[in-house]
Amino acid sequence: MDLSLSTRNVSGPGGDRTVVEVGGEIDVYTAPKLREQLVELVNDGSYHLVVDMEGVDFLDSTGLGVLVGGLKRVRAHEGSLRLVCNQERILKIFRITVLTKVFPIHTTVDEAVAATD
Amino acid sequence: MPTVELRFSAQPEHVRTARLVAAAVARRAGVDEAVLDEVRLAVGEACSRAVGLHRSHDITAPVTVLLNEEEKAFSIEVGDQVPGPGSGSLPPGATGAGRVGEADAEADSEDDMGLAVISGLVDDMEVRSGADGEVIRMTWPTMSATTALS
Repeated sequence: MDLSLSTRNVSGPGGDRTVVEVGGEIDVYTAPKLREQLVELVNDGSYHLVVDMEGVDFLDSTGLGVLVGGLKRVRAHEGSLRLVCNQERILKIFRITVLTKVFPIHTTVDEAVAATD
Repeated sequence: MPTVELRFSAQPEHVRTARLVAAAVARRAGVDEAVLDEVRLAVGEACSRAVGLHRSHDITAPVTVLLNEEEKAFSIEVGDQVPGPGSGSLPPGATGAGRVGEADAEADSEDDMGLAVISGLVDDMEVRSGADGEVIRMTWPTMSATTALS
């Protein structure tokens, strides 16, 4: 299954948030598409991103690298990048790499959008 | 003779094929269903790493994946053909510490993250470096082995 991406803007208590809904497999082949999407959003002035990973079937270290790159970009603009994920097999990869300490991970998009800290 | 041998040109789009084949053979070999996700991820990481190394070194030779169904275990060996230290084929100026072309910091960190994921996932894993490349060998017990132990 290929990668699918869609974005929408949502207003939260902390201001506008851009939700990036990701589906399919994020690997060495598809990760560049996600990277392009994140770069484009930041270049267009969206600095508060919520990446919804509920539709992701597979994530590898290349995908993690892209998310870390996205976080670096938004932070350069005082922005934020939050993840939405409940899938144990995906969460496990964040735990192994200790990226759970780097990314705020939420259980729902609403919770991520409402977060202001 | 491996149960299944896979050779693919070092293109990122083939890594998914390697994952699917590895998971299918692992399932047949009796690897626990709960562990198949780990097999898929680990073999994907090893193949991504090999593809990255081949591409950064302009190596046209294929990446090899050997899937071995053993009596009480299932093993996967992912081999690249990037010359290691002592091969005599390093370009001038290469130190032999780390392989050629790994100076790029970003590529280096992705490479390290791949290995970190594999070592976090797989208890039984070894990396063998030879003059003509490196092999990552990962082994999982099969159901018959775990049943015998319990």
